[in-house]
Order: sequence, then C-alpha cells, then structure tokens
Amino acid sequence: MTITQPVGLAPTDRAERLLGGDLTETALRLHLEGLSGVDAVGLEQRAAGLSTRSIKTTSKAWALDTIIRTCDLTTLEGADTPGKVRSLVAKAITPDATDLTTPSVAAVCVYGDMVPYAVEALGARHGDPEKGLVSVAAVATAFPSGRASLAIKLADTREAVAAGADEIDMVIDRGAFLSGQYGVVFDQIVAVKEACARPDGSRAHLKVILETGELQTYDNVKRASWLAILAGADFIKTSTGKVSPAATLPVTLLMLEVIRDWHRITGEKVGMKPAGGIRSSKDAVRYLVTVAETVGEEWLTPHLWRFGASSLVNDVLLQRQKMRTGHYSGPDYVTVD
Amino acid sequence: MSRLTVPKTYKLYIGGKFPRSESGRTYEVVSAKGDFLANAAKASRKDARDAVVAARAAVGGWAGATAYNRGQVIYRIAELLEGRRAQFVDEIQSSEGVTAAQASAQVDTAIDVWVWYAGWADKYAQVAGNANPVSGPYFNLSVPEPTGVVAAVAPQGVPSGSLLGLVSVIAPIVVSGNTVVVVADEAAPLSAISLSEVLATSDVPGGVINMLTGSAAEIMPWLAAHADVNALDLSGAGSLEGAKGESWVDLQLAAAETLKRVVPPVAGIPRPALEGITAFVETKTVWHTKSML
Amino acid sequence: MAFLEYAAAPESPSILNLKAQYGLFIDGEFVDGHGDVFDTISPATEEVIASIAQATAGDVDTAVKAARRAYETVWSRMSGSDRGKYLFRIARLVQERARELAVAESLDNGKPIRETRDVDVPLVAAWFFYSAGWADKLEHAGLGPNPRALGVAAQVIPWNFPLLMLAWTIAPALAAGNTVVIKPAETTSLTAMLFAEILQQADLPKGVVNIVTGPGPTGQALVTHEDVNKVAFTGSTNVGRMIARQVAGTQKRLTLELGGKAANIVFDDAPMDQAIEGIVNGIFFNQGHVCCAGSRLLVQENVHDEVIDRLKARLSTLRMGDPLDKNTDIGAINSAAQLERIRTLSDTGENEGAERWTADCRIPDKGFWFAPTIFTKVSAAHSIAREEIFGPVLSVLTFRTPAEAITKANNTPYGLSAGIWTEKGSRMLALVDQLKAGVVWANTFNRFDPASPFGGYKESGYGREGGRHGLTAYLEASGWDAPAALSAASTAPADGKRAARKPKQTRKAVAK
Repeated sequence: MTITQPVGLAPTDRAERLLGGDLTETALRLHLEGLSGVDAVGLEQRAAGLSTRSIKTTSKAWALDTIIRTCDLTTLEGADTPGKVRSLVAKAITPDATDLTTPSVAAVCVYGDMVPYAVEALGARHGDPEKGLVSVAAVATAFPSGRASLAIKLADTREAVAAGADEIDMVIDRGAFLSGQYGVVFDQIVAVKEACARPDGSRAHLKVILETGELQTYDNVKRASWLAILAGADFIKTSTGKVSPAATLPVTLLMLEVIRDWHRITGEKVGMKPAGGIRSSKDAVRYLVTVAETVGEEWLTPHLWRFGASSLVNDVLLQRQKMRTGHYSGPDYVTVD
Repeated sequence: MSRLTVPKTYKLYIGGKFPRSESGRTYEVVSAKGDFLANAAKASRKDARDAVVAARAAVGGWAGATAYNRGQVIYRIAELLEGRRAQFVDEIQSSEGVTAAQASAQVDTAIDVWVWYAGWADKYAQVAGNANPVSGPYFNLSVPEPTGVVAAVAPQGVPSGSLLGLVSVIAPIVVSGNTVVVVADEAAPLSAISLSEVLATSDVPGGVINMLTGSAAEIMPWLAAHADVNALDLSGAGSLEGAKGESWVDLQLAAAETLKRVVPPVAGIPRPALEGITAFVETKTVWHTKSML
Repeated sequence: MAFLEYAAAPESPSILNLKAQYGLFIDGEFVDGHGDVFDTISPATEEVIASIAQATAGDVDTAVKAARRAYETVWSRMSGSDRGKYLFRIARLVQERARELAVAESLDNGKPIRETRDVDVPLVAAWFFYSAGWADKLEHAGLGPNPRALGVAAQVIPWNFPLLMLAWTIAPALAAGNTVVIKPAETTSLTAMLFAEILQQADLPKGVVNIVTGPGPTGQALVTHEDVNKVAFTGSTNVGRMIARQVAGTQKRLTLELGGKAANIVFDDAPMDQAIEGIVNGIFFNQGHVCCAGSRLLVQENVHDEVIDRLKARLSTLRMGDPLDKNTDIGAINSAAQLERIRTLSDTGENEGAERWTADCRIPDKGFWFAPTIFTKVSAAHSIAREEIFGPVLSVLTFRTPAEAITKANNTPYGLSAGIWTEKGSRMLALVDQLKAGVVWANTFNRFDPASPFGGYKESGYGREGGRHGLTAYLEASGWDAPAALSAASTAPADGKRAARKPKQTRKAVAK
C-alpha cells in the first residue's frame, strides 16, 4: 500500500487516495479495523528491551541536551496566572542560569488564555525551536475532556492561534472513537486543522492528543494514531496529563511504529509527543532510545519529537550538573519553576 | 453321526483387511500336544512395511477422534469379545493346553483389561497433563498426545498369555490415539487372529491395530529400523533370539537410529498401568500471551 | 554525533576473581585431573581465560564412586525437606553472585551480557528455587506413593547455555534425591567451576555434585560408566543417537534434549510488529545457538514481502560486538569450529540457489563472528531448510494455507519447538494440535520457565526437562496397586510393575 505524491494534498483527499474510495464511516472502519493487531505482551517486552540500553558518557550528554531541546515545558493548572506563565517562560529560555550552555526548551505549553502572556514574555526569543527559539503551544478544543460542541472547539483553537500560538494541542473525542464513530473524529481533526490557519496562509502546527489512558487497549491506540495521522495531524500525542496512565513507553513505542509505517507508505514524517508521567532523565533517555531504534535518529529534533513534561527538565538539569562537575547535585541547585 | 468341521484360514490383519502374507508363506500352528491346528500366515518384512503404511494412514483419524469416542470404541471391543468368549476359550485351551477354567479366566481378564483402558481414554490427559504457573503473562499448558505409530511384540510363550498378553500390550498403546503394528505370540497366534476378526466387526477403524503372525525375531528388526515408526514396545521381546543370536538389545540399537521411544521387555505380562499409556505419548507444551490490553 | 552509536558501556571482568587453572570438582574438593589441561578462551577476543583439567576415564570413575558413596551414605538418607533447603541455598547464592556469573558466562561463551544478565542467570536461580520445593513433595509428582530416586545421574551438557543447562539438569536430579556427575561442554567450563564454589559455600555434602571437565571422550566415559543409573544428555542429535546406542540394553534411564529445526509460522493476521520481534528473538537470540531456535520462518505468501522488508529494517538496528557491552545484541560465535560449520552451511544455501542477505555489521578483527543472515527463496529441499545450522541464519519459506503450513512445519525429522503468529485463537489452537513439536509458542517465542516442560518429539530427543514432567525423569515409581479385578490373572511378579526388567542384559559392544 503506497500513495504517490501525497505531500500537499488536503487530509481528506489524501485519505481518500489511501483508502481508494469515498471516505465513508464504513470505509474508515474497514481500514482501521483491518490494521494488524497488537500483542500487548510482545509490545511491552519490546519496550522493556529498549529500556535496558545503557547510555553513557558522550551519548548521555547528547541525550540530556536533546531532552531539554525537545521539551514542551508545561503548566496546565486551573490556578495558572500570567505570573506563573512568565516564570515558566524564563525557565524555558534559560533552564539553568548556572550553566548558560544549557539549551532552551522547545516550547512552553499553556492554556489558550495564557498564550498572550507567554508570547509577551518570550519577546524576541519567540520562534522556531530548530533555531534555538521557543515556541508557544496552546491546548485547545475543550481540553482536557473534549466535551464541547465543535463550534466551541474551533473558536477555542482560532483564539489561541490569533493570540500567537505556534502549536495547537487538541484532544480527540474519545466518546466518538470508542463508540465507533471514526468519521466524527476524523472530521473534527480536519476542522481543527483548518482552524489552525492564519490570515497570512501559514498555520499553527497541530498535535492531536489521543488520551491513550482512556482508549485503554493497544489496538485502540493503534487505530486512533492511524486515524489522527490520516486526518492530518502534524504530531500525535499520548495524553493530556490529566488521566492516568499518561504516557508509557509501550504506548509511545506503538505510536512510533504507526508513524514509521506511515512514513514507509507515504514518505511523510509525523511527529510524536509523549506527555505526562515522564519525570526522570533515565526514563526520558529510554524514550530517546525508542525513537532512535524505531523511526530513526532523524526524528530527534523539535519538529518531530517532543516531551510534554513539567518536572522532567529539573531532573535533567541535575544530571547535567553531575556530568559537568563530577559530583551529585541537589534540588536546591535548580529552580522550582 | 459326526459332522465334518469347516476349519478357518488364519490370515494377517492389515489396514482393516485380512490378507495372506505377500510372501505366500505359512507356518504350522500346533496344539500343546503337538497336533496340527492351523496354517498361520508367516508375515514377511514387506507385510510389516504394509502394516506401517496402514498404521500411519490411520493415525490422523484415530488420534483426531474425541477421547470420548475412542473410549467407546475400545469399550465396544470388550462387548464383542464377551459375545465370543466360547471361541476364544476353545482356541486358548487347544493351543495353550490349559483347562477350560484357566482359559476362561484369561479371556475374562482380557475383556476387563479392555474395559479398564477404555475408561482411561478421556482421563489420562487430565492426569498426565499440567497447567504450568510460569512467571510471566502467559497461558501455559502441557498436554500429552499420542506419539504416532508404535511397533510392538506381544509376550511370546508366556503361560496363559496368548490373548491376555497381546491385549495388555496393544490396549494401552491405542487408547491415547496411537496406532499399532503388533507381532502376535509366534507359537499361539490363533486368538490374535480371532481378535482381529472381533476388531474388524467392531468400530475400530482399519489400520489402527494391525496384527502380524509369524516370527517376531524375523519381523521386528525391520520394524525397529523403520523410520516411520515412532516407538517400539518390546514388552514381549525378552526372549527373542534372531538367526545370528540377536536379542531385543539389537532392536533397541536399531531404534536408536531415529531415536524411537523404546519400552524394554518385562517379565510375563505387562500389568494394567497408566505408565503403559504414558510410555507412548509426547508431552506438548503450549504458551500463549495473555493480556487485557 | 550519532546517538545510535551509543558510547561503549562494558561490564568489567574485574568483578571476577578467576584462577589461572581449574581442576575437577570431585567429592567436594577441587582436584587435579590425570589428563592434560586445555585452555578455555574468550570467543570474542581469542584470549585465554584459564586452563581447564581434562578428566580421564579414571577421574570419571573416581567421580562416579564419590557420587555413589554420597548417594548411599548421605543424600538418599536425607529428608526431602533438608534436600530442598540445600537447593534453596544454592538458588540464593546464585542470585547473590548473579553479576559475577553473568560476566563469566559472557566472557567464556561469547553471548551478550544482556542475555546472561537478564535470561541465563535469573533462570538458573529460578530453576533451583522451583526444584527445591519439590524435594519434600515427591509423592505428588504423579508417580504414585513413595517414588524413588534413580541413583547416580550422569549428565552431559552443551555450550550454548552452559550454566543454565547445568541448572536444568542438576536441580531436578538433586530434588528427586539423585547424586550427580556432570560434564560441561569443552569450550564452556568456566561457570561450572564458579558453580562448584557456590556448592562449597552452600556446604552441600561432598560427592552429591561432581564436575568433570573435558572433551567428548570424557563424556563418553561418563555415560558408559556401568555404575550410573541415569543419563541425561543435551546436545546434538548425532551424539544423542550415539548415546542412545551406548545405553541400549542397560537399565540406565535416558533423557535426550537434541537438535531442532523449528518452524516459526507467521499468518497474515499476525500482530505484525510483535511477530517481527518474535522472528528476531527466535533466531538471533544467543547468536542462534539455540536448539529450539525458530530457524525456519514460514510466512504466509501474501505478507512475505512486507515481513521481509520489516525484518531487514529491524535487523539493521541489531548491534553486534563485545559481549560484555551492555548494548550488544549479538555476541560472538562460541568457537572457531562452530563458525566454520555456519559458514559452510550458509555457503551451501547460496550454492543451492537461495538468496542471501546479511545485516551490515562491523566484524571485529579478533574472535569468531557471523552477522545476522536471512535466506529467502528457500525451498523445503534446500539443506538450509533441513539441517540444523545452530547459528544466526534464518531460512524463509512461504505457505498459502494453514494446511500447507502444517505440512511444511512437520516435514522434518526434528520436533522440538514451533511458533505460531496469528490473532485468531481458534486457528492457533487447531495448529497447536497438529504440530509435531514439544513446545509451541503462540504469539511469542523462546520463552523458558522452570515450571514449563521442555523437550522434543521425534529426533529432537526424549523426555522433558522442567515442570513436573522434568522431575519425573529423575524418579522411579514404586508402583500403583493393580486394579483389583485385573491383578489376579497377571503373571508378573508380585512387585511386577512394567519396569521389572529381567530379560537378558546382553550389553553389546557398540561401534564407537
């Protein structure tokens, strides 16, 4: 199964080309349910195997910096304030004031109404993380539950984009997915993607959150990943961070396998973002290993890989300090934000 | 006024049919007193080969039958044997030279041995199998299943053994779903052939039990070395002696070439035992992943 | 920089406290053998690790006598619970010294530390734990009341899982009440010697386990020794055949775990990514030095190309090299002789017309290496589809229907293991019924557990190791009571169970 010259096609056209016919509920269902199954035991064993890689010295130093460079530093609390967002931005730009060789993170990830404060605080440092700048990502579409009308989800999206968000982290309608209405999920993603367009013709990047903790089975995660990509997701993302379990290594591995298969078929590269629950450098390095050995090392750039995390960066900084000074550091030597 | 009797032609039993030996050979079967009783077919190596082909062809159906079905089929042998007690008592009396009571006891026990094994058909796997608690997310089960084609020697010249010895060897072999090529007691083969006639009218599919008469010492080396035989039951082979002095050990040596399972000789008649069944099964262990997700 | 290169993360052999020379372990002591000594080398570097004693027939006799003495004076008289406690002790000591054992095994065998650390050594401990609990519960082993130990067990084990195979054979033997003389493979004696130290630490009564090292003739002296009651051999089918001949006509009980040519059957509805992992694990685990390796891939024709593409991509991420590096997936081939065999058979495969593909691996300058290799366009008649290669070489065949898969899978004199990959449970179970294999892995491969019986059909040997079945290979029934109605007419002696073998014990001289 391959589709030629898919790049540049609108998601619907591309999906029709891939499915070879009209994009009906039935066609989508046959396509998604025809994907090969996932054996949970085997998947988890593979993930466990990847976890036993031993990353030392120069590889470790590179890995720690890569974690920071691909991190979406996140605050998604009801209690968020402009002040909290400003200090988050400061941390994003300069994660470790005691070591200015530390790279900036990829993005700050906030609620839509906080976008203007993030943009303002970033100032000249706002921009493409590939160039060492920091993006603003906004969660949208009635995050985290997604339980709102499409109109509200689209308004939510448009407002964040208009306020300067570079990236939109949307949630899929898990209810629709679990009841088999794949077309509804598809259409919503397509609509949100259109809402990401800016007047100048450019558009914000779209991350599609599957909330894998609610989908529960790996077969569902595989189908949802495929569906999201089919509908035009730039990134697929595991979780909101509000549901447990959030990101796990097996789920991330599985989603990366879908991304790899999509790339085999279309040549397109889709990004991946595990979010929630990744707190230690050791854990994060396992994710990097999984990326490198599943889709390849070229995915380890901010355009194709992100960690969604709030406390991960500090642990990485401690490790970084240890590597630099040769002795163990402590939590008082990194900032709390 | 005495009626002139009609003697029976005793033949081999291969694949559910009663052929003469392809070699055309027969040998004289005499009574304990030395009187002529019959000319039995003297099976050749080619008869043994044909029997293995028939036995192999029958494995799939017999092993694939439900255990409940096999149990009933074997029980039916006992039923039919019971109905023909008189014939067997007669033959045993004349060929072994025992009393009517002794012959009767042998036939009765042979019938009961069939009944005993019939009851094992749908149970031995429960006793010989296991659910294994492995340390991982796996369903893991060990199940015994028949090994395939077994070549066997019935006890040779054991007192009160021409029928009981034979039955005690073949019943445990076939109950699990194996098929058998068995060489009957060379000196007293009549009840073996009559048993074949019982089998032919029972529900035992052709080829499941194949009966050869003749010289075990001559035939067994071919069966022991036959690559399409899975196991060798030498229960009755203890006294065999070949033309050049070969013993059962040579059969075991020949069996080693294809690593057949070998049950060595026993003294007398094998006792009814679960071990008799499990000697000719393979334990198959299956693992399957187990997960909610 | 290339992250995937991963900086080296080697385990240090400095954790080992090796001697320059190892003798035999007889009657609780390390003693010098009366034969020559030979070097054991690291197959990854060809450097000498230590020199090992070569046991003569006389040494073997001394060991068997020690085992007999220990059996009669100590081990057979000890309570089952005390025997069990010794085995528990051994299990704990193995766990305590796990890292050391893993390093020694990788050094001596060439297999990656990842495997010795995560598979071999944990299973060794597990095997002793599992067996320990049986020692005082033998009446529940399924052989009826009062099962008896056999006596002295002679065990000859292979080089592919040196310490694990030692545990597989020793643990159930001791639990059942036997004493042991064991011969490790010539190229991999090192961990057996460390194990002997563990036995000393466990204070196991002397003579209960004796270890004699050396090449083939040492093993032959052991299995043909007239005072052993049980022979257990794990290794090649050819040697197994020879041992079956040597044991013929004796009262020795025999267990053989021999070769295999397992089919790994992949249906088009398989969980594809896990199937690929299973194929890789099936044949490239332990460099393919696995008797139950999934060396014949039977793939449904409609997914053949996809499976092969994915497989090649996956193999390209395997890392071959220093066995002590924690990131190594594929270690060294165990010996020059084995490497030569793998090369020869692979060349034959190519000459017979199969298509060869080899993963792009950097081959180290020293040592014995063979990069993961796949043969496609293999037909059932090719020798690489029939002969056990015992190396990292996969032969790919195709099938169109389940019936064809079964026919091809069973079309071998071997019958050790098989794999099935399908999401369809009913088909899987029906296939399991049809496969002539002692172990069938469904949606997984190469799983081992002390509770699970392992062993093959046909020329893959007889008897089972592991689980209750493995235990019974070291026990003899005292005999059930005969069914009352049937016992009267039986002419067998009073204690006459089937095993009452009286007939002529003419031991034949066997062509060696």
